[in-house]
Amino acid sequence: MALLEIQDLHASVAGHKILKGVNLAVNAGEVHSIMGPNGSGKSTLAAVLARRETYEVTQGRVLFDGKDLLDMDPEEAACEGLFLAFQYPVEIPGISNAYFLRSAMNAIRKYHGHEELDAMDFLPLYKERMKLLEMDDKLMNRSVNEGFSGGEKKRNEILQMAMLEPKLAILDETDSGLDIDALRIVAHGVNAMRSPDRAFLVITHYQRLLNYITPDFVHVLVDGKIARSGGPELALELEAKGYGWAEENEQVLPA
Amino acid sequence: MATAAQRLEKYLEAYNELLAERQEHEPVWLRQLREDGWARFSAKGFPTTHDEDWRFTNLSALARTPFRRTAKGEVRVSARDIAAYRLANAACELVFVNGYFVPELSDAGNLTKGLEVCALRRAIDCGLDVCAPGGIEQHLGQYANVERDVFAALNTALWDDGAFVRIRRGAAIEQPVHLLYVSAGAGSSLMTHPRTLIIAEEASQSTVVEDYVSVGNEPGFSNAITELVAGEGAVFSHFLVERENFASFNVSTLRTEQARSANVASHSVLLGGGLVRNNVHPILDGEGAECLINGLFVGEGRQHLDNYMLVEHASPQCNSRQYYNGILADHARGVFHGRIIVHKDAQKTDAKQTNRNLLLSDNARIDTKPQLEIYADDVKCTHGATIGQIEEEHLFYLRQRGLAKADARNLLLYAFAAECLDRMHQGTARELVESLIQARLQELAQCTANAVDPAPPSTEEEAQNWEEVG
Repeated sequence: MALLEIQDLHASVAGHKILKGVNLAVNAGEVHSIMGPNGSGKSTLAAVLARRETYEVTQGRVLFDGKDLLDMDPEEAACEGLFLAFQYPVEIPGISNAYFLRSAMNAIRKYHGHEELDAMDFLPLYKERMKLLEMDDKLMNRSVNEGFSGGEKKRNEILQMAMLEPKLAILDETDSGLDIDALRIVAHGVNAMRSPDRAFLVITHYQRLLNYITPDFVHVLVDGKIARSGGPELALELEAKGYGWAEENEQVLPA
Repeated sequence: MATAAQRLEKYLEAYNELLAERQEHEPVWLRQLREDGWARFSAKGFPTTHDEDWRFTNLSALARTPFRRTAKGEVRVSARDIAAYRLANAACELVFVNGYFVPELSDAGNLTKGLEVCALRRAIDCGLDVCAPGGIEQHLGQYANVERDVFAALNTALWDDGAFVRIRRGAAIEQPVHLLYVSAGAGSSLMTHPRTLIIAEEASQSTVVEDYVSVGNEPGFSNAITELVAGEGAVFSHFLVERENFASFNVSTLRTEQARSANVASHSVLLGGGLVRNNVHPILDGEGAECLINGLFVGEGRQHLDNYMLVEHASPQCNSRQYYNGILADHARGVFHGRIIVHKDAQKTDAKQTNRNLLLSDNARIDTKPQLEIYADDVKCTHGATIGQIEEEHLFYLRQRGLAKADARNLLLYAFAAECLDRMHQGTARELVESLIQARLQELAQCTANAVDPAPPSTEEEAQNWEEVG
């Protein structure tokens, strides 16, 4: 069975229909990229999967590791192993990165009936993973994302992913606004996390990130539906021909 | 309906009783203070909401209640009753029950060198250098404004006891002095008027924690006045902890007089009480004096927490910072009134005021009012206020990482409150309020978690923010 199985998913936000029948299956170990023009529903798909309450699912179903994802709260989905790297990570003054992350890890451990980590177990691991993302370990005592540059925020998302070790990581335009060095660091962090047990859904507007993270599959989302699917070469083709081409040449996908 | 005169009858009774009891003990100057205080109070009575300083706080419930003065020892409180309120590691702990000092419950032995603490009544009765230069007579009643503030007048007329704290020149007292004011009901509504005088001499360093608690659920009325004199270069931290029961009325005033380069921090933590008025009134009277006025108020149910700040810059080159954060749930109501007066000669004043509020329910309410009166021309004054809710975006972010909704809310509330903790020096007093705040917020998160849906995107009102640099 696929790790993530999306069937005929329809969703709206504030009465506007955004997703209009998305079908997608992602197996453990695979990296899928979802590309598409602005407004095609990429971020909505990410938010719905992460169970954000402001998005309303009107039709369809989603199985995550065999369980009904649409029946879960955000925290339940997170504890089951779904991670969303936010397009716009929020700043939370007053809570340090280290405290926040340890609380998150412990919430997930508790959910699975594991013992909580104390600071002594947590810190060495945290420092090691910070190195992977080339982050200064002084940041750990600063408030979550407060005063971070755009690149630092995105790296911090990937760092959290590396610590929480999810089954499915959804990267929502993690590449947008990154310079080439930051992009390389972020991609390196993601690649280090690739494993047969883990899947990635990489949402991006540009092909650029896929030079560093090679996807197994590329899907093009147009007007709330997947218009085309293919291998990594599809991303290059899109880059060359533009999204207009994908819209005009919608594939008939096997049901 | 009772007339104003009838309502004040209980106070007159208390006043006459007290004068008779104290006649033989108290010096003439003190008697005079009491008489002046009483004259002022009986002429003015309690303020109404027509009074600009009381616009947001209706005192009719307080004025209506016939509070009674207790006799000494009328209500017995055991060591066990107050065990939970003790402050381990305090340099010294004075316990007052319904305004009377209880030596058996207190721990004032083995005082560190340079620290003098005793009950104010005892200090006066024993003649503890009362009249000596720098003694009690020179300071008591010299700062609290009896003319302007009827509660100061009432306290001056009616105080039974309180604390006298003196930190000698150059002494650095590491641990805080703990003044525990206990209200304990006796089947009727009781009033107390604690009076505290703190003299922090030149270049001394110390911390005093004034802690108001209740034993039992009966309504009480505490009307406290604290006069604090900070000498040249003194460094002083004052903590006010209000954790009385929700039926209580509490009006407390900290009046600070700061000499040259004195550095005073006032930290107010209002967690309990039904109707609370917290007055903080520093006068920066010496060049280069600095004050930090830091506070947190947390209300639920029908609590009404009113903070009235009056900062007077009376000398040049002084610096004042006001930071108050409020968290209000249910039907709770908060007030922040921040008034800054810069006198004519107080050039190069640097004054800043910030009030931030989180409303956890549609029925909670905050009134925030900055007021600046500037008579000097080379000053920098800024003020700002925000009102918001817990942001859905923040909550979702934490929940997406695995935190349960109630825990995520609690963490966000704590982070908001922690801004106030961060402004306190590390140590015993901060640890006390930290644990009290944590416990309070946990209660609040639990009782509001299910009641409140994710709030709409926060509405942030930035009050007019201006700067005047001459």
